[in-house]
Amino acid sequence: MALGPAVPRLHPKARLQHDDVRGRDVLLYPEGLVALNPTGAEILALCDGFRSVADVVAALAQRYGAAAVEGDVTAFLDGLAAKGLVTYGS
Amino acid sequence: MDPKPLWLLAELTYKCPLQCPYCSNPLDFAGSRFKRELSTDEWCRVFREAKALGVLQLGLSGGEPTLRADLEDLVRHAHGLGLYTSLITSAYRLTKERLAALKAAGLDHVQISIQGADAELSDAVAGTAAYRDKIAAYHYTRELGFPLTVNVVLHRRNLHQVAALIRLAESLGAERIELANTQFYGWALHNRDALMPTKAQLDDAWRVVQRERARLGTRLEIVWVLPDYHEQYPKPCMGGWARAYMTVTPAGEVWPCHAAGRITTLTFESVRDHPLQWIWEHSDAFTRFRGDAWMPEPCRSCPRKTQDFGGCRCQAFLVAGDAGFTDPVCSLSPHRPLIDAAVAQVERAAEAPEWTYRAAPASRALAAKG
Repeated sequence: MALGPAVPRLHPKARLQHDDVRGRDVLLYPEGLVALNPTGAEILALCDGFRSVADVVAALAQRYGAAAVEGDVTAFLDGLAAKGLVTYGS
Repeated sequence: MDPKPLWLLAELTYKCPLQCPYCSNPLDFAGSRFKRELSTDEWCRVFREAKALGVLQLGLSGGEPTLRADLEDLVRHAHGLGLYTSLITSAYRLTKERLAALKAAGLDHVQISIQGADAELSDAVAGTAAYRDKIAAYHYTRELGFPLTVNVVLHRRNLHQVAALIRLAESLGAERIELANTQFYGWALHNRDALMPTKAQLDDAWRVVQRERARLGTRLEIVWVLPDYHEQYPKPCMGGWARAYMTVTPAGEVWPCHAAGRITTLTFESVRDHPLQWIWEHSDAFTRFRGDAWMPEPCRSCPRKTQDFGGCRCQAFLVAGDAGFTDPVCSLSPHRPLIDAAVAQVERAAEAPEWTYRAAPASRALAAKG
Protein backbone atom coordinates (compact mmCIF):
# COMPACT_ATOMS: atom_id res chain seq x y z
CA MET A 1 0.00 0.00 0.00
CA ALA A 2 1.54 3.25 -1.08
CA LEU A 3 1.29 6.29 1.12
CA GLY A 4 -1.87 8.12 0.19
CA PRO A 5 -5.50 8.75 0.87
CA ALA A 6 -6.32 5.18 1.99
CA VAL A 7 -7.86 5.09 5.47
CA PRO A 8 -6.63 2.22 7.65
CA ARG A 9 -9.00 0.70 10.15
CA LEU A 10 -8.73 -2.06 12.67
CA HIS A 11 -10.83 -4.97 11.55
CA PRO A 12 -13.83 -5.37 13.89
CA LYS A 13 -12.56 -8.78 14.98
CA ALA A 14 -9.40 -7.22 16.45
CA ARG A 15 -9.21 -5.39 19.77
CA LEU A 16 -6.44 -3.26 21.19
CA GLN A 17 -5.84 -4.15 24.83
CA HIS A 18 -3.29 -3.27 27.48
CA ASP A 19 -1.51 -6.29 28.94
CA ASP A 20 -0.84 -5.24 32.55
CA VAL A 21 1.10 -8.35 33.44
CA ARG A 22 3.67 -7.96 30.67
CA GLY A 23 3.58 -4.16 30.50
CA ARG A 24 2.72 -3.81 26.83
CA ASP A 25 -0.17 -3.36 24.44
CA VAL A 26 -1.49 -6.27 22.42
CA LEU A 27 -3.85 -6.73 19.52
CA LEU A 28 -6.28 -9.54 20.32
CA TYR A 29 -8.25 -11.43 17.69
CA PRO A 30 -9.89 -14.84 17.32
CA GLU A 31 -7.42 -17.47 18.52
CA GLY A 32 -4.45 -15.16 18.43
CA LEU A 33 -2.62 -12.02 19.47
CA VAL A 34 0.10 -9.68 18.28
CA ALA A 35 2.35 -8.05 20.87
CA LEU A 36 2.89 -4.37 20.06
CA ASN A 37 5.80 -2.13 20.79
CA PRO A 38 4.92 1.40 21.95
CA THR A 39 5.21 2.81 18.41
CA GLY A 40 2.93 0.14 16.98
CA ALA A 41 0.34 0.79 19.66
CA GLU A 42 0.53 4.51 18.94
CA ILE A 43 0.06 3.99 15.20
CA LEU A 44 -3.03 1.84 15.81
CA ALA A 45 -4.46 4.37 18.25
CA LEU A 46 -4.19 6.94 15.44
CA CYS A 47 -6.12 4.68 13.05
CA ASP A 48 -9.47 6.12 14.01
CA GLY A 49 -11.35 5.48 10.79
CA PHE A 50 -10.88 9.08 9.63
CA ARG A 51 -7.14 9.56 9.29
CA SER A 52 -5.50 8.39 6.10
CA VAL A 53 -2.09 6.71 6.17
CA ALA A 54 -0.61 10.09 5.23
CA ASP A 55 -2.45 11.70 8.17
CA VAL A 56 -1.12 9.08 10.58
CA VAL A 57 2.42 9.70 9.34
CA ALA A 58 1.93 13.45 9.67
CA ALA A 59 0.57 13.11 13.22
CA LEU A 60 3.59 11.06 14.25
CA ALA A 61 5.98 13.45 12.55
CA GLN A 62 4.39 16.32 14.46
CA ARG A 63 4.86 14.52 17.77
CA TYR A 64 8.39 13.33 17.24
CA GLY A 65 9.86 15.63 14.63
CA ALA A 66 10.22 14.83 10.97
CA ALA A 67 11.89 11.46 11.44
CA ALA A 68 11.58 9.17 8.43
CA VAL A 69 8.57 7.22 9.68
CA GLU A 70 6.65 6.74 6.43
CA GLY A 71 8.22 3.41 5.57
CA ASP A 72 7.81 2.12 9.11
CA VAL A 73 4.13 3.05 9.28
CA THR A 74 3.23 1.51 5.94
CA ALA A 75 5.25 -1.64 6.64
CA PHE A 76 3.60 -2.05 10.04
CA LEU A 77 0.07 -1.54 8.73
CA ASP A 78 0.65 -3.71 5.66
CA GLY A 79 1.89 -6.47 7.96
CA LEU A 80 -1.35 -6.35 9.93
CA ALA A 81 -3.38 -6.12 6.72
CA ALA A 82 -1.74 -9.33 5.50
CA LYS A 83 -3.11 -11.00 8.65
CA GLY A 84 -6.55 -9.51 7.97
CA LEU A 85 -6.35 -7.35 11.11
CA VAL A 86 -6.28 -3.99 9.32
CA THR A 87 -8.35 -3.02 6.31
CA TYR A 88 -7.94 -0.05 4.01
CA GLY A 89 -10.95 2.00 3.01
CA SER A 90 -11.50 5.54 1.87
CA MET B 1 11.71 -15.99 32.96
CA ASP B 2 8.90 -18.21 34.19
CA PRO B 3 6.18 -18.67 31.61
CA LYS B 4 2.85 -16.96 32.15
CA PRO B 5 -0.40 -18.26 30.71
CA LEU B 6 -2.07 -16.47 27.80
CA TRP B 7 -4.99 -18.83 27.24
CA LEU B 8 -7.70 -20.21 29.47
CA LEU B 9 -10.19 -22.76 28.25
CA ALA B 10 -13.17 -22.75 30.58
CA GLU B 11 -15.14 -25.96 30.20
CA LEU B 12 -18.33 -24.71 31.80
CA THR B 13 -20.24 -28.00 31.70
CA TYR B 14 -19.87 -31.45 30.19
CA LYS B 15 -23.58 -31.64 29.40
CA CYS B 16 -24.10 -31.58 25.64
CA PRO B 17 -27.02 -32.32 23.33
CA LEU B 18 -24.60 -33.56 20.66
CA GLN B 19 -22.96 -36.98 20.79
CA CYS B 20 -19.95 -36.61 18.47
CA PRO B 21 -17.83 -39.77 18.59
CA TYR B 22 -14.55 -37.77 18.60
CA CYS B 23 -15.46 -35.58 21.57
CA SER B 24 -12.38 -34.34 23.41
CA ASN B 25 -14.16 -34.48 26.77
CA PRO B 26 -13.06 -37.25 29.13
CA LEU B 27 -14.61 -40.69 28.60
CA ASP B 28 -15.91 -40.50 32.18
CA PHE B 29 -17.43 -37.03 31.74
CA ALA B 30 -20.68 -38.24 33.31
CA GLY B 31 -18.91 -39.57 36.41
CA SER B 32 -18.62 -38.09 39.89
CA ARG B 33 -15.29 -36.34 39.17
CA PHE B 34 -17.02 -33.66 37.08
CA LYS B 35 -20.43 -33.59 38.71
CA ARG B 36 -20.41 -30.55 41.00
CA GLU B 37 -20.13 -27.63 38.56
CA LEU B 38 -18.51 -24.37 39.59
CA SER B 39 -20.92 -21.57 40.53
CA THR B 40 -21.11 -18.21 38.78
CA ASP B 41 -19.06 -16.61 41.57
CA GLU B 42 -16.43 -19.33 41.40
CA TRP B 43 -16.01 -18.92 37.64
CA CYS B 44 -15.76 -15.15 38.00
CA ARG B 45 -13.01 -15.61 40.58
CA VAL B 46 -11.20 -17.97 38.20
CA PHE B 47 -11.38 -15.34 35.44
CA ARG B 48 -10.03 -12.63 37.75
CA GLU B 49 -7.17 -14.83 38.90
CA ALA B 50 -6.43 -15.86 35.32
CA LYS B 51 -6.28 -12.25 34.15
CA ALA B 52 -3.95 -11.34 37.01
CA LEU B 53 -1.70 -14.23 35.97
CA GLY B 54 -1.45 -12.99 32.39
CA VAL B 55 -4.33 -14.66 30.53
CA LEU B 56 -5.72 -12.59 27.64
CA GLN B 57 -7.72 -15.13 25.66
CA LEU B 58 -10.69 -16.93 27.18
CA GLY B 59 -12.49 -19.81 25.48
CA LEU B 60 -15.94 -20.61 26.87
CA SER B 61 -16.49 -24.21 25.99
CA GLY B 62 -17.93 -27.46 27.27
CA GLY B 63 -19.79 -29.69 26.65
CA GLU B 64 -22.25 -27.13 25.47
CA PRO B 65 -21.59 -23.80 27.22
CA THR B 66 -24.94 -22.26 26.27
CA LEU B 67 -26.59 -24.76 28.64
CA ARG B 68 -25.27 -22.56 31.47
CA ALA B 69 -28.06 -20.09 32.27
CA ASP B 70 -25.42 -17.68 33.68
CA LEU B 71 -23.37 -17.53 30.46
CA GLU B 72 -24.21 -13.85 29.88
CA ASP B 73 -23.03 -13.00 33.42
CA LEU B 74 -19.79 -14.89 32.88
CA VAL B 75 -19.17 -13.11 29.56
CA ARG B 76 -19.91 -9.73 31.13
CA HIS B 77 -17.42 -10.35 33.92
CA ALA B 78 -14.73 -11.62 31.57
CA HIS B 79 -15.22 -8.71 29.19
CA GLY B 80 -14.99 -6.25 32.08
CA LEU B 81 -11.59 -7.72 32.91
CA GLY B 82 -10.38 -7.13 29.34
CA LEU B 83 -10.33 -10.79 28.31
CA TYR B 84 -10.96 -11.56 24.64
CA THR B 85 -13.85 -14.00 24.88
CA SER B 86 -14.71 -16.74 22.41
CA LEU B 87 -17.83 -18.87 22.63
CA ILE B 88 -17.20 -22.41 21.42
CA THR B 89 -20.62 -23.88 20.76
CA SER B 90 -22.59 -26.49 18.84
CA ALA B 91 -25.31 -23.80 18.39
CA TYR B 92 -28.01 -26.35 19.16
CA ARG B 93 -31.21 -24.37 19.88
CA LEU B 94 -29.16 -21.15 19.99
CA THR B 95 -31.47 -18.22 19.28
CA LYS B 96 -30.70 -14.82 17.84
CA GLU B 97 -31.97 -13.25 21.08
CA ARG B 98 -29.45 -15.23 23.13
CA LEU B 99 -26.63 -14.28 20.78
CA ALA B 100 -27.68 -10.63 20.93
CA ALA B 101 -27.64 -10.77 24.74
CA LEU B 102 -24.15 -12.29 24.62
CA LYS B 103 -23.04 -9.56 22.22
CA ALA B 104 -24.39 -6.92 24.61
CA ALA B 105 -22.47 -8.61 27.44
CA GLY B 106 -19.24 -8.17 25.47
CA LEU B 107 -18.68 -11.50 23.74
CA ASP B 108 -15.96 -11.02 21.09
CA HIS B 109 -16.04 -14.08 18.84
CA VAL B 110 -18.20 -17.09 18.09
CA GLN B 111 -17.00 -20.51 16.98
CA ILE B 112 -19.68 -22.91 15.82
CA SER B 113 -18.95 -26.52 15.03
CA ILE B 114 -20.42 -28.42 12.16
CA GLN B 115 -20.06 -32.13 11.55
CA GLY B 116 -20.55 -32.29 7.79
CA ALA B 117 -21.40 -30.09 4.81
CA ASP B 118 -25.00 -31.29 4.59
CA ALA B 119 -27.75 -32.09 7.11
CA GLU B 120 -27.65 -35.82 6.49
CA LEU B 121 -23.98 -36.35 7.31
CA SER B 122 -23.69 -33.59 9.91
CA ASP B 123 -26.61 -34.93 11.94
CA ALA B 124 -25.44 -38.53 11.54
CA VAL B 125 -22.02 -37.67 12.99
CA ALA B 126 -23.46 -35.50 15.77
CA GLY B 127 -26.02 -38.14 16.66
CA THR B 128 -28.49 -35.27 17.02
CA ALA B 129 -30.47 -33.24 14.48
CA ALA B 130 -28.58 -29.98 14.88
CA TYR B 131 -27.61 -28.93 11.34
CA ARG B 132 -30.54 -26.58 10.82
CA ASP B 133 -29.86 -24.76 14.08
CA LYS B 134 -26.21 -24.40 13.14
CA ILE B 135 -26.93 -22.84 9.77
CA ALA B 136 -29.42 -20.44 11.36
CA ALA B 137 -26.89 -19.50 14.04
CA TYR B 138 -24.15 -18.86 11.47
CA HIS B 139 -26.42 -16.27 9.89
CA TYR B 140 -27.31 -14.73 13.26
CA THR B 141 -23.64 -14.29 14.15
CA ARG B 142 -23.03 -12.45 10.88
CA GLU B 143 -26.14 -10.29 11.31
CA LEU B 144 -24.98 -9.34 14.82
CA GLY B 145 -21.47 -8.52 13.60
CA PHE B 146 -19.55 -11.27 15.38
CA PRO B 147 -16.39 -12.61 13.83
CA LEU B 148 -17.17 -16.23 13.03
CA THR B 149 -15.12 -19.38 13.04
CA VAL B 150 -16.56 -22.52 11.49
CA ASN B 151 -15.03 -25.55 13.17
CA VAL B 152 -15.06 -29.03 11.66
CA VAL B 153 -13.42 -32.11 13.11
CA LEU B 154 -12.26 -34.21 10.18
CA HIS B 155 -12.19 -38.00 10.03
CA ARG B 156 -12.75 -40.93 7.73
CA ARG B 157 -16.45 -40.23 7.16
CA ASN B 158 -16.32 -36.51 6.31
CA LEU B 159 -12.87 -35.80 4.82
CA HIS B 160 -14.33 -36.09 1.33
CA GLN B 161 -16.42 -32.97 2.07
CA VAL B 162 -13.55 -30.55 2.68
CA ALA B 163 -14.21 -28.54 -0.50
CA ALA B 164 -17.93 -28.25 0.30
CA LEU B 165 -17.18 -27.24 3.89
CA ILE B 166 -14.84 -24.46 2.75
CA ARG B 167 -17.47 -23.22 0.30
CA LEU B 168 -20.05 -23.26 3.08
CA ALA B 169 -17.81 -21.12 5.32
CA GLU B 170 -17.11 -18.79 2.40
CA SER B 171 -20.81 -18.36 1.61
CA LEU B 172 -21.50 -17.53 5.27
CA GLY B 173 -18.85 -14.81 5.29
CA ALA B 174 -16.91 -16.53 8.07
CA GLU B 175 -13.48 -15.19 9.06
CA ARG B 176 -12.00 -18.62 9.66
CA ILE B 177 -12.62 -22.24 9.10
CA GLU B 178 -10.78 -24.69 11.30
CA LEU B 179 -10.34 -28.02 9.59
CA ALA B 180 -9.21 -30.01 12.58
CA ASN B 181 -8.10 -33.50 11.78
CA THR B 182 -9.11 -35.74 14.65
CA GLN B 183 -6.56 -35.89 17.44
CA PHE B 184 -6.84 -39.19 19.23
CA TYR B 185 -7.72 -38.50 22.86
CA GLY B 186 -10.86 -39.08 24.89
CA TRP B 187 -13.71 -40.40 22.77
CA ALA B 188 -11.67 -40.11 19.60
CA LEU B 189 -9.09 -42.56 20.93
CA HIS B 190 -11.87 -44.91 22.00
CA ASN B 191 -13.24 -44.71 18.43
CA ARG B 192 -9.88 -44.56 16.69
CA ASP B 193 -10.39 -47.35 14.18
CA ALA B 194 -13.73 -45.89 13.09
CA LEU B 195 -12.38 -42.35 12.69
CA MET B 196 -8.86 -42.79 11.33
CA PRO B 197 -8.68 -41.71 7.69
CA THR B 198 -6.64 -43.35 4.97
CA LYS B 199 -3.50 -41.67 3.65
CA ALA B 200 -5.24 -41.19 0.27
CA GLN B 201 -8.12 -39.34 1.91
CA LEU B 202 -5.74 -37.00 3.70
CA ASP B 203 -3.71 -36.34 0.56
CA ASP B 204 -6.86 -35.45 -1.39
CA ALA B 205 -8.12 -33.11 1.33
CA TRP B 206 -4.74 -31.40 1.68
CA ARG B 207 -4.66 -30.70 -2.07
CA VAL B 208 -8.09 -29.06 -1.77
CA VAL B 209 -6.90 -26.93 1.16
CA GLN B 210 -3.86 -25.69 -0.76
CA ARG B 211 -5.95 -24.84 -3.82
CA GLU B 212 -8.59 -23.05 -1.74
CA ARG B 213 -6.03 -21.10 0.27
CA ALA B 214 -4.58 -19.78 -2.96
CA ARG B 215 -8.05 -18.84 -4.22
CA LEU B 216 -9.34 -17.20 -1.02
CA GLY B 217 -6.26 -15.38 0.34
CA THR B 218 -7.12 -13.33 3.45
CA ARG B 219 -10.88 -13.49 2.73
CA LEU B 220 -11.16 -16.74 4.61
CA GLU B 221 -8.45 -18.11 6.85
CA ILE B 222 -8.23 -21.87 6.45
CA VAL B 223 -6.68 -23.54 9.46
CA TRP B 224 -5.55 -27.12 8.86
CA VAL B 225 -4.84 -29.01 12.07
CA LEU B 226 -2.36 -31.73 11.13
CA PRO B 227 -3.31 -35.39 11.37
CA ASP B 228 -0.33 -36.18 13.56
CA TYR B 229 -0.37 -39.99 13.22
CA HIS B 230 0.53 -39.41 9.57
CA GLU B 231 3.40 -37.03 10.35
CA GLN B 232 7.06 -37.79 10.83
CA TYR B 233 7.54 -35.54 13.86
CA PRO B 234 5.22 -34.71 16.75
CA LYS B 235 3.19 -31.54 17.05
CA PRO B 236 4.44 -28.83 19.42
CA CYS B 237 1.53 -29.69 21.68
CA MET B 238 0.06 -26.64 23.46
CA GLY B 239 3.26 -24.77 22.58
CA GLY B 240 4.96 -26.81 25.32
CA TRP B 241 3.60 -28.23 28.57
CA ALA B 242 2.33 -25.56 30.96
CA ARG B 243 3.84 -22.69 29.00
CA ALA B 244 0.79 -20.78 27.80
CA TYR B 245 -2.42 -22.79 28.34
CA MET B 246 -4.74 -23.86 31.10
CA THR B 247 -8.01 -25.73 31.05
CA VAL B 248 -10.44 -25.52 33.94
CA THR B 249 -12.94 -28.38 34.01
CA PRO B 250 -16.62 -28.00 35.01
CA ALA B 251 -15.94 -28.97 38.63
CA GLY B 252 -12.78 -26.85 38.93
CA GLU B 253 -9.82 -29.13 38.26
CA VAL B 254 -7.05 -27.32 36.40
CA TRP B 255 -5.25 -29.15 33.59
CA PRO B 256 -2.37 -28.11 31.29
CA CYS B 257 -4.60 -29.05 28.32
CA HIS B 258 -8.10 -30.39 27.84
CA ALA B 259 -6.92 -34.01 27.57
CA ALA B 260 -4.41 -34.09 30.44
CA GLY B 261 -6.89 -35.30 33.05
CA ARG B 262 -6.52 -38.84 31.70
CA ILE B 263 -2.90 -39.01 32.84
CA THR B 264 -3.34 -41.04 36.02
CA THR B 265 0.25 -40.51 37.17
CA LEU B 266 -0.27 -36.77 37.68
CA THR B 267 -2.02 -35.05 40.59
CA PHE B 268 -4.50 -32.38 39.58
CA GLU B 269 -5.61 -29.57 41.85
CA SER B 270 -8.88 -27.67 41.98
CA VAL B 271 -9.62 -23.96 42.03
CA ARG B 272 -11.86 -24.83 44.99
CA ASP B 273 -8.75 -25.69 47.04
CA HIS B 274 -6.00 -23.43 45.69
CA PRO B 275 -5.53 -20.07 43.97
CA LEU B 276 -4.94 -20.40 40.23
CA GLN B 277 -1.50 -18.84 40.57
CA TRP B 278 -0.38 -21.52 43.00
CA ILE B 279 -1.69 -24.23 40.70
CA TRP B 280 0.11 -22.73 37.70
CA GLU B 281 3.40 -22.23 39.52
CA HIS B 282 3.58 -25.12 41.99
CA SER B 283 1.14 -27.96 41.32
CA ASP B 284 2.47 -31.35 40.27
CA ALA B 285 0.41 -31.38 37.08
CA PHE B 286 1.89 -28.10 35.84
CA THR B 287 5.49 -28.44 36.99
CA ARG B 288 6.18 -32.09 36.08
CA PHE B 289 6.84 -31.55 32.36
CA ARG B 290 7.54 -27.84 32.21
CA GLY B 291 10.87 -27.02 30.54
CA ASP B 292 13.08 -29.84 29.24
CA ALA B 293 14.73 -31.38 32.33
CA TRP B 294 12.22 -34.27 32.25
CA MET B 295 13.09 -35.28 28.70
CA PRO B 296 14.44 -38.74 27.93
CA GLU B 297 16.38 -39.63 24.81
CA PRO B 298 15.86 -39.23 21.90
CA CYS B 299 14.45 -35.80 22.91
CA ARG B 300 17.18 -34.76 25.34
CA SER B 301 19.92 -34.41 22.72
CA CYS B 302 17.56 -33.59 19.82
CA PRO B 303 17.86 -30.18 18.13
CA ARG B 304 14.09 -30.25 17.53
CA LYS B 305 13.27 -30.21 21.24
CA THR B 306 12.95 -26.41 21.24
CA GLN B 307 10.45 -26.66 18.36
CA ASP B 308 8.22 -29.56 19.38
CA PHE B 309 8.92 -29.75 23.15
CA GLY B 310 8.94 -33.54 22.95
CA GLY B 311 5.43 -33.59 21.51
CA CYS B 312 2.37 -34.50 23.49
CA ARG B 313 2.48 -35.87 27.05
CA CYS B 314 -1.07 -37.22 26.81
CA GLN B 315 -0.24 -39.18 23.67
CA ALA B 316 2.90 -40.58 25.31
CA PHE B 317 0.78 -41.75 28.24
CA LEU B 318 -2.20 -43.04 26.27
CA VAL B 319 -0.28 -44.84 23.52
CA ALA B 320 3.17 -45.61 24.93
CA GLY B 321 2.15 -45.99 28.58
CA ASP B 322 4.25 -43.26 30.23
CA ALA B 323 3.67 -39.50 30.10
CA GLY B 324 7.42 -39.01 30.42
CA PHE B 325 8.24 -40.75 27.15
CA THR B 326 8.87 -39.09 23.80
CA ASP B 327 5.63 -38.65 21.87
CA PRO B 328 5.21 -42.00 20.04
CA VAL B 329 4.31 -40.10 16.85
CA CYS B 330 7.97 -39.11 16.54
CA SER B 331 9.78 -41.28 14.00
CA LEU B 332 12.73 -41.33 16.45
CA SER B 333 10.61 -42.76 19.25
CA PRO B 334 11.05 -46.45 20.08
CA HIS B 335 7.24 -46.60 20.33
CA ARG B 336 6.55 -45.34 16.79
CA PRO B 337 5.58 -48.90 15.68
CA LEU B 338 2.44 -48.53 17.83
CA ILE B 339 1.36 -45.56 15.70
CA ASP B 340 2.33 -47.27 12.44
CA ALA B 341 0.26 -50.31 13.43
CA ALA B 342 -2.85 -48.16 14.06
CA VAL B 343 -2.42 -46.45 10.70
CA ALA B 344 -1.75 -49.72 8.87
CA GLN B 345 -4.81 -51.40 10.35
CA VAL B 346 -7.05 -48.74 8.85
CA GLU B 347 -5.35 -49.03 5.45
CA ARG B 348 -5.97 -52.79 5.50
CA ALA B 349 -9.61 -52.65 6.67
CA ALA B 350 -12.14 -52.68 3.83
CA GLU B 351 -14.68 -50.86 5.95
CA ALA B 352 -14.43 -48.77 9.08
CA PRO B 353 -16.07 -50.23 12.19
CA GLU B 354 -19.02 -48.52 13.91
CA TRP B 355 -18.24 -45.88 16.50
CA THR B 356 -19.60 -45.33 19.99
CA TYR B 357 -21.46 -42.05 20.38
CA ARG B 358 -20.43 -39.77 23.22
CA ALA B 359 -23.35 -40.06 25.61
CA ALA B 360 -23.89 -40.28 29.35
CA PRO B 361 -24.87 -43.99 29.53
CA ALA B 362 -21.82 -45.01 27.49
CA SER B 363 -19.67 -42.70 29.64
CA ARG B 364 -20.93 -44.26 32.88
CA ALA B 365 -20.36 -47.76 31.52
CA LEU B 366 -16.79 -46.86 30.49
CA ALA B 367 -16.13 -45.16 33.83
CA ALA B 368 -17.29 -48.31 35.66
CA LYS B 369 -14.89 -50.39 33.58
CA GLY B 370 -12.06 -48.05 34.60
